[in-house]
Amino acid sequence: MTATSQAPVARAQGPRPDFRTRLQEWIPKLVLSPSVALIFVFVYGFILFTLYLSFTDSRILPSYGWVGFENYDKLFRLSHWTISVTNLAIFASLYIVICTLVGLFLAIFLDQKIKGEGFIRPIYLYPMALSFIVTGTAWKWLLDPGIGLENTMHLWGWTSFQFDWIKNRDYAIYTVVLAAVWQSSGFTMAMFLAGLRGIDNEILKAAQMDGASNWQLYRRIIIPQLRPAFLSAFVILSHLAIKSYDLVIALTGGGPGRATELPATFMYSYTFTRNQMGIGASSAVIMLMTIAAIMVPYLYAELKERK
Amino acid sequence: MSVASSDSAVRMSRFTRTLIYLFLLLFALFYLLPLFVMVVNSLKPLSEITGGNMMALPQVWTIEPWLAAWSTAQIGVEPTGLRPYFWNSIKMVVPAVAISTILGALNGYVLTKWSFRGDKILYGLMLFACFIPFQMVLIPMARVLGVTGLAGSTPGLILVHVVYGIGFSTLYFRNYYAAFPTELVRAAQIDGAGFFRIFWRIMLPSSGPIIVVCVIWQFTNIWNDFLFGASFADFDSQPMTVALNNLVQSSTGVKEYNVHFAGAILAALPTLLVYIVAGRYFVRGLMAGSVKG
Repeated sequence: MTATSQAPVARAQGPRPDFRTRLQEWIPKLVLSPSVALIFVFVYGFILFTLYLSFTDSRILPSYGWVGFENYDKLFRLSHWTISVTNLAIFASLYIVICTLVGLFLAIFLDQKIKGEGFIRPIYLYPMALSFIVTGTAWKWLLDPGIGLENTMHLWGWTSFQFDWIKNRDYAIYTVVLAAVWQSSGFTMAMFLAGLRGIDNEILKAAQMDGASNWQLYRRIIIPQLRPAFLSAFVILSHLAIKSYDLVIALTGGGPGRATELPATFMYSYTFTRNQMGIGASSAVIMLMTIAAIMVPYLYAELKERK
Repeated sequence: MSVASSDSAVRMSRFTRTLIYLFLLLFALFYLLPLFVMVVNSLKPLSEITGGNMMALPQVWTIEPWLAAWSTAQIGVEPTGLRPYFWNSIKMVVPAVAISTILGALNGYVLTKWSFRGDKILYGLMLFACFIPFQMVLIPMARVLGVTGLAGSTPGLILVHVVYGIGFSTLYFRNYYAAFPTELVRAAQIDGAGFFRIFWRIMLPSSGPIIVVCVIWQFTNIWNDFLFGASFADFDSQPMTVALNNLVQSSTGVKEYNVHFAGAILAALPTLLVYIVAGRYFVRGLMAGSVKG
């Protein structure tokens, strides 16, 4: 921060040298330019570079032999990739839907002038302060049938209790959903609560005087007004889902087998451990395109609306 | 946050209210369960964990696992504990948060109060950058860090986090400053105040809430990052998350669950503290519309 701007020197009124005015006009752009340059190089330049790599025969290191769509062709034939994409579809849809529902209900219930709201809210929100690695470590243990919940239930006398999803190929992906929902649903709650607190109470009272029941009040007036919160929640959750990497690494490591592999873990292992950089790059491109399909219309609408 | 609406429009029976309290309580237990289990089991000797109930309180209380996690546990090949990695994380997070917040504030100020042709497109491009999958930049970033000699170093990680943090910090400040009366800025301009003077004297003094939001957001994101740390760091710069993962996943020897838990809490402690101290303001900032909702 410039120290000079702190000195309260009264400037003389009157015509200023021309270059000063011109400088003043340029300063804003100069201030913005480092960030813009960083973004252009490190984001868009890098995107182009990875895009280019996805059409080359790069293996352990980038190489520039053009192979056209061969990597994409290979990618979509790999069962490993198909599994990752299927897993993402299951994970993302459940994660988004459950987080939204849990967040919405918690917010609506918390909004009923609950005693001790100030005490409860941080409890719902604190998981979002944690790293996915911490979350994964904790849940990995809770879900472990030998020492976690299953064992506890057995010790408490419920001997037929079975909960071994994390070791089960067919169910392991749902444990990732569980841990991810635990981590993020408080955040969605906060967004909905913000939306609810922004609704004008007068409208609600008027509707109630017209004989609307609570159910109608929520269904017809309140929830429709939360549209922006739904949209933000969807956008944030979907991009978190597509980027999910750490949680899987810490919780299941992609296993058992490949049961919890996601595109993010696929990309990492193909690029950095299997030395198939071309294929890794092409999988990253697919991920980017998926996110862009969601984000670009959203950002476009957001920016247009706020003229 | 006790909102002024003293008379809510929604009324309901005592029975429904009891159900609501039950529901809220149940979820509070759900959110607290993992933390409870981690804390309780980090204070037990290992024998009590493997042979006992994870929900039970320790019979013998011990802080041995915490000491081990902090300074003697085997991480990778070195028995250093998490301590050096903790400092690595601090050395990375503090500058990265400071730089990205300052840049975000300046960017938001320019984009709202000094608008120019094409600023919307630039902002859109910055915003989109927040949401790209980082897998898309891993390969070229590894190359660039290698070529510039920043690979495996803390400055390299700071650069990475600043670059991919600017988008969000700009978003926060832009949305906040957009609601700030432009007339004040114009009046100051007429009085002869320049770009930085207006920023320093008029914008910054009223930016408290958004600075808190932005700092909390950046701090938690950067502290909790795993992907960049795992990809671009070595022993001298590896952050806490990577070290914790190495500790927990290490396949050699007996799995010392109590040490793992102590380590996990140590890794979570700074963000939790920030959260406990300033989380209120974060929620308030969110509610003030800093994240459009």
